Amino acid sequence: MATVVDIRDLTIAYGGGPPVLSGFSATLPERSFTCVVGSSGVGKSTLLRVIADLVAPAGGEVVVPDRGHDEGSRPFALVFQEPRLLPWRRVIDNVMFGLEGMKLSHRQRLTRAQEALALVGLGDHAGRWPHQLSGGQRQRVNLARALAVRPRLLLLDEPFSALDAVTRHTLQGELLRLARETGTSLLFVTHDLDEAVFLADRVIVLGGRPARVTRDFRVSLAHPRQREDAGFIDHVRDLRDALSELMVDGGGI
Amino acid sequence: MSVGKRGVLAATGLAAFLLFWEAMPRLGFTSSLFVPPPSGLPLTFWYELSGGYWASSVAASLGHYLMGLTIGTSLGVALGVATALSPRLEVLLSWVVRLLRPVPGLAWVPFAIIWFGISERAATFIIIIGVLWINYYAAFAAARAVDRDFLELAEAFGQGGRWSKLFKIILPGASAGILAGVRTGLGQAWMAVVAAEMFGVHGLGQRMMQASSLLATDVVLVYMVTIAALFGLTDALFVLIRDRVLAWQR
Repeated sequence: MATVVDIRDLTIAYGGGPPVLSGFSATLPERSFTCVVGSSGVGKSTLLRVIADLVAPAGGEVVVPDRGHDEGSRPFALVFQEPRLLPWRRVIDNVMFGLEGMKLSHRQRLTRAQEALALVGLGDHAGRWPHQLSGGQRQRVNLARALAVRPRLLLLDEPFSALDAVTRHTLQGELLRLARETGTSLLFVTHDLDEAVFLADRVIVLGGRPARVTRDFRVSLAHPRQREDAGFIDHVRDLRDALSELMVDGGGI
Repeated sequence: MSVGKRGVLAATGLAAFLLFWEAMPRLGFTSSLFVPPPSGLPLTFWYELSGGYWASSVAASLGHYLMGLTIGTSLGVALGVATALSPRLEVLLSWVVRLLRPVPGLAWVPFAIIWFGISERAATFIIIIGVLWINYYAAFAAARAVDRDFLELAEAFGQGGRWSKLFKIILPGASAGILAGVRTGLGQAWMAVVAAEMFGVHGLGQRMMQASSLLATDVVLVYMVTIAALFGLTDALFVLIRDRVLAWQR
């Protein structure tokens, strides 16, 4: 499988202070779904921002294999924890935001934004204002905005953490469908273990101080995964054990 | 209270006010020179209108108003936004602003006359000063209050350039606050127009001064009502435009 991004020995520190995360390496192949879990303060969100080149790492590098110049796509797109929709733009214009920096005609942008909206099931909400949407719908637009730029790697920062359980479970299922349909790779940060096991084919556990990769799980359960299955429950338990060991080791509690 | 009831009550208040006003001079409590009765105003207005004074004064004042308002508002908003975005500029200007801002627009009249003579430019200058600082502070606060997370969004989606950030994030994000400042300026500018023209530049203010020197208090009143009407009109127009621009707000 071709590589989407190669993360080598990354160190993250805030404002010249001691590192919060060090020695993070991972190679993400095409069509992969990776979850990064860890308690708060291990630099999960910052990791995504370093990969997206919004924040400079204190050490290490992020290597993106050159695929030739593609005007119509971006290597990465971020899905934020909160919807972060521009309230002065209608839904469709929010989805078009990331396309405005590309050399596309207005018609092309509109078509792609409409496609992305349809993909998240909001094709008929294009003309709405963000404040007219529910929390779940806003998060779908957040997702559509990222999908519209056709990223090779989608970076998701706990995007479902503020939603109610029913909406969260629906969107988790939809995210898997979108991953399949678009063929994009995903790097998904969360502290919800159930969510990680439900979504990912690989779960990277961060812990300690400074945080390091302490476990690197494969989740080989077939989709669609059932939360009641023994295999699923075993995986979640493994993950929880891995994290609670860290708490004891790192004196995190 | 129902809409109908409110309307009746408001009309009653206005009628009582006019009645009291009319009664004061008519019942001899005061001279009609001091308080011209409102019933005489339509006729006075007609004389001003047919003589061409009214239209000419209103046109001249509107010209000063629009010119001063446009320049003062643009300057204030531009300066306010620039200062909000550049900490260096903010510090650089902080003492200059503190020094100049408390000076009332009218205190500039002597300099306006020395620099520009008794001219349209002098009147425009006074109006510019009158609206500059209101817009400066409103725009500064509004641009400062724009959610910084939106700037990260712009950077994450390839819109991190200076102008993209300004036009796609800062200005739309600050628009509600900026427009609130512009609206306050709209009223301030009418005050400044009248005051600026009172030193002799053609317009409503000048006509009022002429009338008052002839003790034609009814004429003065006609122009007072005119100013109130013009202010109400510009404000209503502005609110109409603002509500369209800010349609995205709930």
